[in-house]
Amino acid sequence: MKTYTRPMAGWWKRNPYYLWYMLREASCLFLTAYALMLLWGLYRLQQGKIQYEQWRESLASPLSLAFHAIALALVLYHSWTWFKIMPKTLPRIPLPDWLVVTGGVSAVIVCSALVLVLT
Amino acid sequence: MKRSNKPIFWSLFGAGGMLSALIGPALIYKTGFSSQSLGYERVLLLAQNGLGKLAILAVISLFLFHGCHRMYHSLHDFGIHVGPGLKAAFHGFAAAGTLAAAVLLILV
Amino acid sequence: MNTITIECLRYHPESDAEPRFQSWPVPFTDDMSVLQGLQYIKDHLDGSLTFRWSCRMAICGSCGFVLNGVPKLGCETFLRDYYPGTLRVEPLSHFPIVRDLAIDQSDFLKKLESVKPYLINPDVPKKGTFIQTPGQMDEYYQYSKCINCLLCYAACPQYGLNSAFTGPAALALLHRYNADSRDAGKAERMPVVNAEDGVWGCTLVGYCSEVCPKGVDPARAVNQNKIESTKDYFFRFFRK
Repeated sequence: MKTYTRPMAGWWKRNPYYLWYMLREASCLFLTAYALMLLWGLYRLQQGKIQYEQWRESLASPLSLAFHAIALALVLYHSWTWFKIMPKTLPRIPLPDWLVVTGGVSAVIVCSALVLVLT
Repeated sequence: MKRSNKPIFWSLFGAGGMLSALIGPALIYKTGFSSQSLGYERVLLLAQNGLGKLAILAVISLFLFHGCHRMYHSLHDFGIHVGPGLKAAFHGFAAAGTLAAAVLLILV
Repeated sequence: MNTITIECLRYHPESDAEPRFQSWPVPFTDDMSVLQGLQYIKDHLDGSLTFRWSCRMAICGSCGFVLNGVPKLGCETFLRDYYPGTLRVEPLSHFPIVRDLAIDQSDFLKKLESVKPYLINPDVPKKGTFIQTPGQMDEYYQYSKCINCLLCYAACPQYGLNSAFTGPAALALLHRYNADSRDAGKAERMPVVNAEDGVWGCTLVGYCSEVCPKGVDPARAVNQNKIESTKDYFFRFFRK
């Protein structure tokens, strides 16, 4: 039987749902870069005070600020989508879906507050 | 049917995803827009403390494993053929980062 | 009475190297479904237009199409919601096109067979039937509502990128049987779950559950089984 198979190239551009999915996935680029930035900071810390403070100063540069702004937006989106989909990824529990999502978002708020207060 | 080894990487991905979802935004805000309180002495205190070392290692390592696992899958989403070579490269990169962080934390 | 332009993908393998699009003006009333629009074209404008349909009430699963880029059932989608724009009707994505709007679903049927979608239980009650509480039925009921319409496969880019992936509906049905208290076949189904193209082919795009007309939520079924597969992977050394 002769059939025709349509090409998949550019599939993610064909539907807004896929575009949001790709944005979610794109957050990982910035998360990886951020982890590497922290690793570099750790390296500078290990080298000594002058080197570490140089690194800390560089955090205020325009490039760093731009990177942080984009990373913040994307990782926040990752955060949101992570807990939004959590009802599907958790094993079956006697809690309604909306409560799982609310619980997750609340946990983000609490943990964020803790991080900001403790550091 | 051959059993996949995905569970190992998925567990690391999941742990990294959970950690980054909970404290990622706050950390990024901290280093990006509120780094005044991150002076050398304070951060050194954290990095020399046993629990502090574990925390720093967890953040760097799990963020890397989460990010690398997802990046590897995103390549596939873009239609790029991904084989065991690329899989080893991406997860190996995260492992290398983990090792580097561990070494630095022992030295600091 | 208004008229809407319906544009359909055409593909006749005996004469076409590639699909093309053809449009017709279709007069419609408020209550006409997209399926009725296609039937109007076939009955009055172009009898060669090929498409599947049967029950007209979203239970047979035959009339799945991609309408303006979104997988939907033709019988429960209405022309009024696409007016005054053009309605573009394409066959279900990610399947080979046989003719016009009809696709080759044989790969899905193979996937369906592979998950052993039937109760496996050597201990059938000697007298009477299995006893099952409403709570036990609750564990699998939503996954039993699948009508095999394949909208989820049309939605799933992972299936489109790799047709070896077992896919949402088949995995949801697999879960339906594993979660049924009358079934004892979970171990037999684990090889399908644990395979690279089993649950691990899923990256939780989640669009499958968005488009499902029956609320099956295949994304949930697949991801529950990622946990099962992980448990199976790490705890297998502690069994026996």
